Amino acid sequence: MKRLVAGAAALAVAGLGMARWAAARARVPAAAKDPLESSRWMGVTVNRPPDEVAPAGHLPEPLARVDAEVRMNRAPGDRGTEIYARPREHRAGADGVLARLRGEDPRTEIRTALRETKSLLETGDVLRSDEEIATTRPTLPGKVLDMALGRASEGGRL
Amino acid sequence: MKALCWQGVNELSVEQVPDPAILNAQDAIVKVTASTTCGSDLHLLGGYIPAMRAGDVIGHEFIGEIVDVGPEVSRHRPGDRVVVCSIIGCGRCWACRHDEWSLCENSNPNPGVTDLMWGGTTAGIFGYSHAMGGFRGSHAEYIRVPFVDYNAFTVPEGVSDLDALFASDAAPTGWMGAELGGVRPGDVVAVWGCGAVGQMAARAAMLLGAERVVAIDRYPERLAMTARHVGCEVIDYTSTDVTAELRERTGGRGPDVCVEAVGMEADSTGIQRVYDGVKQQLRLEQDRPIAVREAIHACRKGGSVFVLGVFAGFVDKFPLGALMNKGLTLRGAQQHGQRYIPKLLDRIAKGDLKTSYLATHTMTLDEGPKGYDMFKHKKDGCVRAVFRPWA
Repeated sequence: MKRLVAGAAALAVAGLGMARWAAARARVPAAAKDPLESSRWMGVTVNRPPDEVAPAGHLPEPLARVDAEVRMNRAPGDRGTEIYARPREHRAGADGVLARLRGEDPRTEIRTALRETKSLLETGDVLRSDEEIATTRPTLPGKVLDMALGRASEGGRL
Repeated sequence: MKALCWQGVNELSVEQVPDPAILNAQDAIVKVTASTTCGSDLHLLGGYIPAMRAGDVIGHEFIGEIVDVGPEVSRHRPGDRVVVCSIIGCGRCWACRHDEWSLCENSNPNPGVTDLMWGGTTAGIFGYSHAMGGFRGSHAEYIRVPFVDYNAFTVPEGVSDLDALFASDAAPTGWMGAELGGVRPGDVVAVWGCGAVGQMAARAAMLLGAERVVAIDRYPERLAMTARHVGCEVIDYTSTDVTAELRERTGGRGPDVCVEAVGMEADSTGIQRVYDGVKQQLRLEQDRPIAVREAIHACRKGGSVFVLGVFAGFVDKFPLGALMNKGLTLRGAQQHGQRYIPKLLDRIAKGDLKTSYLATHTMTLDEGPKGYDMFKHKKDGCVRAVFRPWA
């Protein structure tokens, strides 16, 4: 019973917390209603000079794998290189939403490739989480969290 | 192996879990010899950080011995006695290169969570929820340390485990609050909170040249410990009007630098505690910013406020008017520990900085749930409970 109450409390915490964050985001008109969302360039800044990012014009492996338009330029100051990518085909409106729901949004794959490119160029590796050797057990609140975290490795500001 | 696991809100247990493994070539496995409770763990325990799964291993402030390294580790080898920074940095992104290690861009494998919460991805942290990367904590017999060349520091000969332990988090966090808060020789500094981090912030302010340092808390034993070991002035907020007292002690100006070392579960004696408590329980605000409000009001015009306490989300009744009209500088951060740990180990070795007295209770790992109960409820004067997994 104690565990059930604690579980319900954790569920409420997770649910309400996430709901508030989502609500806060929804109040930002630019983030929620960007008409250019499907065609925007996704950018990442790599702390390496351009000639190390794409020597002889060859794209780094994670980016070479995906079907994307790619451009890059030197970043201002001493920040390295800005790499930009976006899908060649833009899925706007309901088509884009459905693709995201089906897990087939090409922007997700490109976002992951950009993040991995940055990490490989800067550190020589892509860090793996201890979640691969789990110590956790399934619970109802955990399932809610799993849904929220399921795509967390693909997200994040680039 | 044995580990202390979060099982739900206010529920911990010691469990057998799979051993950690080297997953990346720059990893090491560390045999944990001492791991301490931290006030920020209480936010996980209380369910205020909503990204924990039942079975997650907690703990992030620790010392140990390296027992295995990946093929690309160059600065450490098995047998090294190391203190490990609680924040994981890659060492090579722009943020790490500029000594802003808690903003590392490559050490959080779950970047989507903090981006949604805060509009940006922050570094991974050991044992601090899946939002911070889902890394296992240090209240265990062994722990995997990613990018070990950048995150582990060899402990000098002659420095005890209990002294070096607090160089993992409490000491560098406190030092950062004083340094990035802008403490200069001759300043008057006020520190809210006499836990380990607050005491370290007060000591750092003194070592950075502050002329007067005043620490604020409600627990007599913590106030006495701070006065005795740090050597600064103290105020008991349950019997004193803090803002009035600080004005009286500073010629009416207020402190030049205010360091908040309390966090999202701040207490007070007034109506604010009821107001924020109700709103927090209803999740109408995530955090109780009582000490932050007071620091902003108490700070001198043109002064600086540094937020060291952990906050997760939104707060209510934030005194933006005072901040703007008094021309204050407000800053905060998770600790950039790698920036400070080598210097702090030197200071500890020289005797400038004493830390082992913070370990008021030393226990076995099996006593973990009891240790957190004592720590949370400040039983028996507990400031920090330290677990010795191999004792």
